[in-house]
Amino acid sequence: MSLRPLTTPWFHAPAGHEKLWLGLALLWCFVMSLMMPYWHFRGKQNSTGEAYAVTPADFLARTEKFVEANRVGTFRNTVEANALVPELPIAEPPPGGDAYITGRMWQWWPALRLRVGETYRLHLSALDLQHGFSLQPLNMNFQVLPGYDHVLTITPTSKGEFTIVCNEFCGIGHHAMTGKIFVE
Amino acid sequence: MTTAPASSSHALTAPGVPGRVCGTTGLSVCLDAQRFIKLNAVVGIVFLLLGGIAALLLALTRWQTVHLLPADWFYRILTFHGINMLILWILFFEVAILYFACTTPLNARLFSRKVAWVSFGMMLTGGVMVDYIILAGQADVMMTSYLPLLAHPLFYLGIILVAVGTLIGVFNFFATLYVAKRDQAYTGSVPIVTFGATAAAIIAVVTLLHGAIVMIPTFTYSMGWTPQPDPAWYRLIWWGLGHQSQQVNVCAMVSVWYLLSHVILGARPVNEAVCRTAFVLYILFINLASAHHLLVDPGVGATWKIWNTSYAMYLAVLASMIHGFTVPAGIEIAMREKGYTRGIFGWVTALPWKNPALSATVLSVIIFGFLGGITGVTLGTQQINIIAHNTLRIPGHFHVTVVGGTSLAFMGLAYYVIPLIFQRDFILRGVARWQPWLFGLGITLMSFGMSFAGSMGVSRRSWDIDAQGIYGPAAHLWLGVLGIGGVLAFLGLLTFVLLCVGTLFFGRKIGAGTAMSDWGTPPALAGSAAGSLAQDHYATKGTIVLTILFLACFAVYYFANWKALADVWPVR
Ligand SMILES: [Cu+2]
Repeated sequence: MSLRPLTTPWFHAPAGHEKLWLGLALLWCFVMSLMMPYWHFRGKQNSTGEAYAVTPADFLARTEKFVEANRVGTFRNTVEANALVPELPIAEPPPGGDAYITGRMWQWWPALRLRVGETYRLHLSALDLQHGFSLQPLNMNFQVLPGYDHVLTITPTSKGEFTIVCNEFCGIGHHAMTGKIFVE
Repeated sequence: MTTAPASSSHALTAPGVPGRVCGTTGLSVCLDAQRFIKLNAVVGIVFLLLGGIAALLLALTRWQTVHLLPADWFYRILTFHGINMLILWILFFEVAILYFACTTPLNARLFSRKVAWVSFGMMLTGGVMVDYIILAGQADVMMTSYLPLLAHPLFYLGIILVAVGTLIGVFNFFATLYVAKRDQAYTGSVPIVTFGATAAAIIAVVTLLHGAIVMIPTFTYSMGWTPQPDPAWYRLIWWGLGHQSQQVNVCAMVSVWYLLSHVILGARPVNEAVCRTAFVLYILFINLASAHHLLVDPGVGATWKIWNTSYAMYLAVLASMIHGFTVPAGIEIAMREKGYTRGIFGWVTALPWKNPALSATVLSVIIFGFLGGITGVTLGTQQINIIAHNTLRIPGHFHVTVVGGTSLAFMGLAYYVIPLIFQRDFILRGVARWQPWLFGLGITLMSFGMSFAGSMGVSRRSWDIDAQGIYGPAAHLWLGVLGIGGVLAFLGLLTFVLLCVGTLFFGRKIGAGTAMSDWGTPPALAGSAAGSLAQDHYATKGTIVLTILFLACFAVYYFANWKALADVWPVR
């Protein structure tokens, strides 16, 4: 009984429908367990969380150096509602090379230009608080922490203009924290 | 309220212990426990109302057409909402459930009134402190309060007080269990309700210890006494608190499912051994589930992620899938034994649907399992998380587990607990009959709105989506659905609170020895025999069909998400 102590011996092995359901449920749990290692070897989207310790000042210096060496233009923001980022430098990393984006209240700096089909090592870190790197409209999402250089090895497979939205709360201007990646 | 007569079959209260015999159930009720069940439940419901008002304001802000609150108040109210709902309402109500589960079913008396006062006092002080600091604008840090975002020290101190207060209440629970066993208040094994509550209490201890480990250094840091804890360390330990605390809710909720299906229909678990093993699986494996909040974090490797989200976590999922079978199976058997045997689903149509506790239980099982369970396991898959992390899909998931599942089950429980403990019949019984439906519908709509907006990339915890200039009419439409669902759910919640409070003041008094008015119990038909299907392992035809349907939905949703993942850029 649900509400009264049990006095009779209450142990029974599962049988009938219950045994059937237990078997099905267990089988399904195994399928789900195996999907992750399977995708790790056969799928293409596997975020390994590669990261290195870095101080915010160092990371900013590396990003600035990257922008200086690879700047190809300027992005001017036309979304009136978002006046926080009126303008960003655009940097184009060499194929196979490193790219840097720094997150801080409330912008992603700089903008990137990438080539479709090439692979890049994208370094993400934050100078102040935690931020969320959310690439739209693809809807790929990664966490950005201060003190951690988070490296994503990405291969753009679609062309166009992509917007980076911050999806980790970082203060009053959080909703307006956007950045850009252009893929040609 | 009289001392239990020694002759009553179930009222074997030890001599000299104040207790009364419940006129409806015949169970003995410890008066000390009764007082703290009342106190904790009432305070819990007050926090529920506060959190609910906050929820309405938030829903009306995320509904872009209305966009009610300014940005600073949106984030403030969002923090307030999370703390009041996920911590204060649920913890207070769970302490009430624990005090019930360790006394009445075991015919025991509460271990200590003093300890219960200390627990209640600390929790209430902490709760008021946290709410005050948030509304004063000193803690706009969200429920997760990720470092280095920093709140006023009283915010952390308040949470520590609530956590320690709850731990003391949990201690009172364990001490009561010990004393009941020692004094032989009952013989045999504890009933499943108490067993489930014990599992919840064990997980709560582990959870609250994580809370202490993460909040104490954060508090000392906020006071300037110690250096800043590492943000990644904070996230890991915080989720040891954050995720497991939800598993306390799941345990409590499942116990309530067993309790209510028994009280309403006389249902019993088909197989006690299986149900109890499932609770043990929660205790053993749920800690690992915390990992699934860190699946796209820097510094945590693929092996760690796969290990922590793989079979060990799925054993906890298995536990939910077991309860998802045994609860409806128990109901089906009880109904068939009462003579409702027509077809596969004749027992379903014969259920007392006008009983709000029954509709709350059934809706809780369905919303939790079909919507919450399926989405949760999918979002917690290592790679799939890439397309969901921190989007509105996440609150879309947990609102159907914690609100559609746990809160709805607790509401159903209130329809029996209030008459039985406060000894007053519910007012406006016609209104009460549709309250769970309104609330369930609202939450379901809201969750659909969140989930679809989230799959279009709308992020959670964001005041505005127009500043980004990238979301089209479809995303706005789903945010509108979120808003409408939120308003309906709030009306359902408000109805519930008004019914409860009104009942405490105006409900008809139930005297000693008289039963509460029946909400609706299906009568046993002629020729039926209780216990006649106890050995029939193939009597749960309807349940097995329903659970296989569930598994099919699960598989479709799960693989559809892998397909969606395969469409995004390759990333390592
Ligand atoms: Cu940000």
